[in-house]
Amino acid sequence: MASPADRFYTDTHEWLKLDGDALLCGITRFAVEELTDVTYVDLPAIGKVVAAGKAYGEIESVKATSELYSPVDGTVAAINDKVKADPSLVNQDPYEAGWLVRIKTDRKDFSSFMTAAQYDAKHAAA
Amino acid sequence: MTDTAASLLKTPFYDFHVKQGARIVDFAGWAMPLMYRGIIAEHQHTRQAASIFDVSHMGRVKFSGKDAMRFLQHIITRNLQKAVVGQSLYSLVCNPAGGVLDDIIVSRFDDHWLMVCNASNRTKLLAWFEQHRTGFDVIIEDQTFETAMIALQGPQVIAKLEQALGEPLSQIKRYHCKQLRYLFFNFTVFRSGYTGEDGVEIICGNKLAQMAMGFLAKSGKDPRGQTLQPAGLGARDTLRIEAGMPLYGHELSESINPIAAGLGWAVADDKDFISAAALAEVRRSGPAEKLVGLHIEGPRTPRADAAVLAAGQPVGRITSSCPSPTLNRTIAMAFVPAAHAAVGAALAVDLRGAPVAATVTPLPFYKRPA
Repeated sequence: MASPADRFYTDTHEWLKLDGDALLCGITRFAVEELTDVTYVDLPAIGKVVAAGKAYGEIESVKATSELYSPVDGTVAAINDKVKADPSLVNQDPYEAGWLVRIKTDRKDFSSFMTAAQYDAKHAAA
Repeated sequence: MTDTAASLLKTPFYDFHVKQGARIVDFAGWAMPLMYRGIIAEHQHTRQAASIFDVSHMGRVKFSGKDAMRFLQHIITRNLQKAVVGQSLYSLVCNPAGGVLDDIIVSRFDDHWLMVCNASNRTKLLAWFEQHRTGFDVIIEDQTFETAMIALQGPQVIAKLEQALGEPLSQIKRYHCKQLRYLFFNFTVFRSGYTGEDGVEIICGNKLAQMAMGFLAKSGKDPRGQTLQPAGLGARDTLRIEAGMPLYGHELSESINPIAAGLGWAVADDKDFISAAALAEVRRSGPAEKLVGLHIEGPRTPRADAAVLAAGQPVGRITSSCPSPTLNRTIAMAFVPAAHAAVGAALAVDLRGAPVAATVTPLPFYKRPA
């Protein structure tokens, strides 16, 4: 299954999508499948300052706990309360309903991130 | 994924797993299904209906010859003296210091014994047997690669299987087994499992396994809505945690003795065997640490080796933990000092830097309705 082409991807399996004046961020299908059933998502407070490549939260599954990394420098503008209430949304729909945070950033150039095609080539979306 | 699988051992059911969309992982050198549709869904289906698990990666070792029983009596902790043909016994293999080399199930047949051991310990055990067989007239055959093994687990298994096989399986007692025949093929049904549910484990030759696989594959690509659904190692793990059953490498290791792990009932005090003296001493003085169950407050899950705290100080360690799908709360097993092991003891768990309240609770966490 190809990853959605309307957004960018990181090596740490986050996706980021331009959404008005901010970025919506989540984790990829590949990451979700590695994690298995998601059972808990620890998301930051609105207004928290985040830094590119630094952890802003944690995600837990039946099998593993891993950190969530911010793709950019910015400020948390919103978090997905529905995912906090029902973490399995991340499994069901990691690219839409299962988004995690909305980050306000000054960044304009996203050429250092991977496209969907590049990400899929690297992580064999088989 | 394909690259990983290429170098791994495969069970006769490997193609079935792939066809069913399983996520394949490396488990002790075997390409095994971690999950098909989701660990929690597979767990709940096992508790409510019936699941099929491929457990062909587990070691199967046959012991025959004049001294087969005498050799096993020397090697394992359980006394086989009263074992009857068709009986299976859970036991430990320990080193002279009493550390656990593996936990196994040994079954008695007319003219031989069959041991099922953990995949991760098979080669270690085979070497251990070689090292200790001097003076015993015993033939030891590793049958792992010429046989397959599946577990059918869940409240609907026995009735469904009785229908399918036309055999009164409910007459086989828990921890007993029976040899059956299908067409030209022999297979053995064991009334045992690793989920806390009723069910069976079946060992058969690879030929019959291939046929069974064809039958299963025909039962449809999408198993939803069917009584018998495949379940992977992920659900097998959460099911056994709820059932309070140990997993080698977590609750058992060469530096853990069976008494501490709550398995004193599987250690004989009326026969001589390799670890008898050491284990008798542990029993006399009492184990320094004990395996306990913990209820953990809140939605988070500690991982193996997280510290268990008493009055803010680390005193023990988590061995296994999961969000329990049946109890809808986080459960864990942990080793703690005997002084903190009483049911009801208030402890805490270091959850990535933050202490979270935990209470010692009886094992198992889950018992199937009688």
